This record gives sequence, C-alpha cells and structure tokens, in this order.
Amino acid sequence: MSCTDKKARLAERQGQWQGMVDKALSRFPERKEDFSTTSGIEMKRLFTPADVDAVDYNEDVGFPGEFPFTRGVQPTMYRARFWTMRQYAGFGSAKQTNERYRYLLEQGQTGLSVAFDLPTQIGYDSDMELADGEVGKVGVAIDSLADMEILFDQIALDKVSTSMTINAPAAVLLAMYIAVAEKQGVSSDKLRGTIQNDVLKEYFARGTYIFPPQPSMKIITDIFSYCKDNLPNWNTISISGYHIREAGSSAVQEVAFTLADGLAYVDAAIKTGLDVDVFAKRLSFFFNVHNNFLEEVAKFRAARRLWARLMKERFGAKKASSMMMRFHTQTAGCSLTAQQPDNNVVRVTMQALAAVLGGTNSLHTNSRDEALCLPTEASVQIALRTQQIIAHESGVADTIDPLAGSYLVESMTSEIEAKALEYINKIDDLGGVVKAIEAGFMQQEIGDSAYAYQKSIETADQVIVGVNKFTIEEAPPENLLRIKQEMEIEQRKSLAAVKAGRDAAAVENSLKALKQVAESGDNLLPSIVTAVKTYATLGEVCGVLREVFGEYVEG
Amino acid sequence: MDKKIKVLIAKPGLDGHDRGAKVVSRALRDAGMEVIYTGIRQTPEQIVATAVQEDVDSIGLSCLSGAHNKLFPKVVNLLQEKGAGDVLVFGGGIIPDEDIPGLKDAGVSEIFLPGTSTEDTIEFIKNNVK
Repeated sequence: MSCTDKKARLAERQGQWQGMVDKALSRFPERKEDFSTTSGIEMKRLFTPADVDAVDYNEDVGFPGEFPFTRGVQPTMYRARFWTMRQYAGFGSAKQTNERYRYLLEQGQTGLSVAFDLPTQIGYDSDMELADGEVGKVGVAIDSLADMEILFDQIALDKVSTSMTINAPAAVLLAMYIAVAEKQGVSSDKLRGTIQNDVLKEYFARGTYIFPPQPSMKIITDIFSYCKDNLPNWNTISISGYHIREAGSSAVQEVAFTLADGLAYVDAAIKTGLDVDVFAKRLSFFFNVHNNFLEEVAKFRAARRLWARLMKERFGAKKASSMMMRFHTQTAGCSLTAQQPDNNVVRVTMQALAAVLGGTNSLHTNSRDEALCLPTEASVQIALRTQQIIAHESGVADTIDPLAGSYLVESMTSEIEAKALEYINKIDDLGGVVKAIEAGFMQQEIGDSAYAYQKSIETADQVIVGVNKFTIEEAPPENLLRIKQEMEIEQRKSLAAVKAGRDAAAVENSLKALKQVAESGDNLLPSIVTAVKTYATLGEVCGVLREVFGEYVEG
Repeated sequence: MDKKIKVLIAKPGLDGHDRGAKVVSRALRDAGMEVIYTGIRQTPEQIVATAVQEDVDSIGLSCLSGAHNKLFPKVVNLLQEKGAGDVLVFGGGIIPDEDIPGLKDAGVSEIFLPGTSTEDTIEFIKNNVK
C-alpha cells in the first residue's frame, strides 16, 4: 500500500470509529465536555498517525545526543549514568545544614543543593532589621565566609558537585565557595556545580531581586566571563522555569518564559563580547514537573528542541554543546497538599517518573510534608528512595526516551514547542523580557493561569484528592520540623564574633576597592573574592553594590 | 447600597511567594470587595501605614517563609498603637497548626491554611467585618 493509500484508509477507518463513538456518547456522555490541559492543549479522545503527519523523524526527533536533542542530550542517557539525585536542602545554621548534607551523601545522594534563607538571598546579614524573623527559616543563614566554611566542613569540594539557589547575590556566594575550596586545597578549576544566578525571573515570579535589571545583567555577564577563565566546569546560570510554574503558570508558559529569559542572557553575553560557542555550554536550566503526566513529558522534549533551534537560528551557535539544553527538575511544590500528606508521596512519584521519561539530567523529589513545614529527615529519605526505586527497579532508565513515537507525545511535543514560540515572539514584539516585565506581561499571564486553576479546583472541575474530594477528618500532623527562635539569636552572636575577630582595616580596604570597581564597570568578581576572604559579610558586600547600583522597586 | 468592604492584602517580610495573595485579592474583588495589594517585601510599619491611610476594614497577611510568628503580631500591635485596632486581621500561608492559638491570642482573627477555598475567606470577611 502506498503512503497516500494508507492515509486514506486511516481516515476512512477513523470515520467508521467515530460513528461508534457517537453511538456510545448518546448513551454515556463523557466525564467532561473539555479535556484540555491547563496550557489549552486539547487532549483528544484518541491520537493516531494522522496527528504526527507533520513530524519529520530526522528533522524533529532525531537521535539522543544530536541536534535538536528532542530525545535527550547524551548519546546513551541513563544507560551510562542515572540522572544526578540532588535534594535541595538547607535550614537553620550552617552546622545543622552540614549535618543534613552529610546524612544525604551517606544515603546515596549524588550532588548537593543549597537552600539559603531569605536574608541571604536578598543580601542582608542576620543582624539587620529586615532579617527579623526570617533567619534560618527557608534555608541556611550565611553571613560570612565563616558560615560557608562550616557548611562544607568535611565535604571534599573536588569530589562533590554543588548547586546553590542564589540569584541577586550569586557572585558573593560563589566567591565564598571558591574561598572555602582554596582553604581545602582545591583549586577553582576543579569545582563543579551551579549557581542559579537567574535574576530575570525574580522580577516576575520569585521575588528575591536586589538591583535593577541593568546592573543585574551586568553582574551575570561578569560571572559568565570570570567562570570561563577560572571555573571551566561551573554552570554559570540555571535558567529557571520552576518558580514561574510555582507562581501559577501553565506548562507552555513555563517553557516560553524560561526560554525567553535564556535568550536575554545569551543576548547580553554576546553584546559584552563573549563568544556564544565559549559560554553557552555552561548554561543550564531548571524546570518544574507538575501533575499532568503526558503533558509534562512532552514539555521537556519540546523545551530541548526549541532551545536547540533558537540557539542555532538566532545566535548562529555552531557547537552541539552550545545548543544542548541540560536541566535539573524539581517536583511541583504547589501540587502538594496539607491534607492527607502521605498522598504526596504518590504525587511525587508520578511527577518524578515524568521528569525521568522527559530526560532530566538531575532531579529533586519533594518530601510529603512540605505543604506543612520544612521536611523532616524521614520524609527526605522517602523522597530520595523514590528516585532510587525509579532508577533501579522500574526499568524505565534502561532504554532512551521510551515514549518517543507515541502519537500523543510527539504531537504534544510539537504543539508545546509551537505555542511557546508564539509567546517568545510576543515578548520580542514587546521589546524583550525586561520591557515585558516592566509592562507586567508575564505577571498578568501567570496571574490569569493561577486564578483559572484555583477556580477549577473550587468548582471541582479539577479534583485534588483529599482537598475537594475524598476528604476525611484528620488529626493535626505530628513530628514536624521547626526552626527554633533561638537559632536567630545564636546566628547573630556568631556574626558578632566574626566581626570582632577579623582585620577591620583589611575589610574596609577591600570594600573600598570593590566600590571603585563597581563604579568603573570592570568585572566585579576578583574584588568580591578578595573581600569575602577578609570576612567582609554578605550584607556589607551587597551594601556596597546597593550604593552603586541602587535597588529595584516593584512597579 | 452598602458600602464596599475594603481589604488590604499584604506580604510582610522577605517572602516572595505571592501566588496565594494575588489569587485571594482577585477572588475578593470578584466578590465585590475593594482590594489593595501591597506587593511583596513590606515591613509591618509599611503595611499599617497603608491600612490607616486607606482606611481599610480588613487586612489579609500572607506568609510562606515561617516568619509569621514575628510579623503577624507586629502588624496587630502597630494597628492598635495607631488607633486602628478594630481592623479585622486574618492570615494565610504555610503555618503549622500549633502556631495558630498563639497567633489568635495575639489578635489575628483567623488563619487560612493551604487548600482553603476562596469562598471560605470571602464568607469569613463578610461575617466578621464590623
């Protein structure tokens, strides 16, 4: 049978089947009128070869490790090495967090991921008034190099890769990491890890900005440039859709806004004279994985393909490594329920499986109790075991991209790519990401999606088990992790001791020098490294930069 | 016609998670209330100043960072100092059950936890604003 004959036969057969469907529908209506995803992608009743008619295997799908990387970025994927199992952790003091890290490494975790408290993320010391009540709460409090030394005590920085969720003050925390490594006798070219360093999404989805966009972009490109010469194995940015999704976006918006941010960083770096084929290989990404299993798998494949094409077409990247989207994934915190929290283990398992089937390079699985508090050690262990079970027992890691060729998955991959590109073009029309942020475009889009989702839960159109269906009377949960108020007092005391014990003149000189560099427009990194080595605090370093660059105020 | 209920939705502290605050703001607006949203990173002093200036009937405080025990009572105390102690204060966020009695003792009228329907919040405000 020729190809045209086959198509005609398919159409004919589908017509006959539709007759059967119509009969069934007249007797039993379907559960819902509309089965679309939150991205507005129609979940058809049935996907057939007709839905992948436009997909050209060689052009659009291809082979793992090859452009456009739809099937994954490595030629052998998980058959060689599983994804990195990296649990985001940090709370209280550096000492407490160091204990948790060593526990996680003993349990078979393969990379570290540092959660900083909010004062640290916004460049304030624990003794500043605005830090009141926030010290050590959502992550570890780091005021100076002294805390960082304790955080990585007995952890060999040449053996472990470390991801740090730090944005506006990323340069300062990276400088402290370099200084700790140096004390351990590890040179900076041996360091492996990632700083989030993605400030753009802070303005519209996450909130831990300090400086206005322009100097923020300058600091980011300073980091790209410094790392190119000094930390060749460091991922200089983790362009993050995670928080965009947590703020309420759809899957398509997550891909679109993340890639739009990515394009802005690449553009800025090229404008400062960096060569795309030198820095782009150190860009990394970070996505959310939410509940709609099939849409999520397709999302990851679409994101990889779209990024590869954009890098090639817009920036003329030549090396495969410049077009390769490597990403970390975290299961959706916003999908966790405070009700019947053990059900969250099941949600996290399905989300993690979708991330693995989508070819993630590293993964954080949330703990069941995170809608209530920071996770306990027991909950974190289940979360890590979830990944280990998927890796070692489920068999899905034994072949590459096993859902490829599914009529639904390939069709949806193409649709997400197309819809995300539409958004990116719209942002271009608005004058780019910074202009779009100023116009409130992403904020509005995300807000609309978040509100629609909440409405769908309240009308029970979207069932959330244990919340709007299958509810039970529950006793208040027990054994939650609490951060004691005394921790804040202790942290302030140790900060005071650091300040009393350091060479005050050296601190002052290093901060003066930093100010001059900031005013001159030269690369900030070398003077930040010098300053943190004198035990100048995070708040002091950021204070100097605040003076020179000013602060961003939400419009 | 009754006067519209005026509500200030506020984010005290350094927490940037404002999905809930924005969703609640919109739901209250859809329910016919006049809503002002402060934006993120407000000090209790700023929140109370806005509340007094705008003469609001109620303040909804949102905090997901764990700093609620410090920040919520501070807002209530400052309101009293400014002679605005009759403003109905409620809160929401990631707040452990065991903290709720303390917050209520401090003058926070109600705490809404994850999974709360916006309908419940609307009803609460309508029934309790004086």
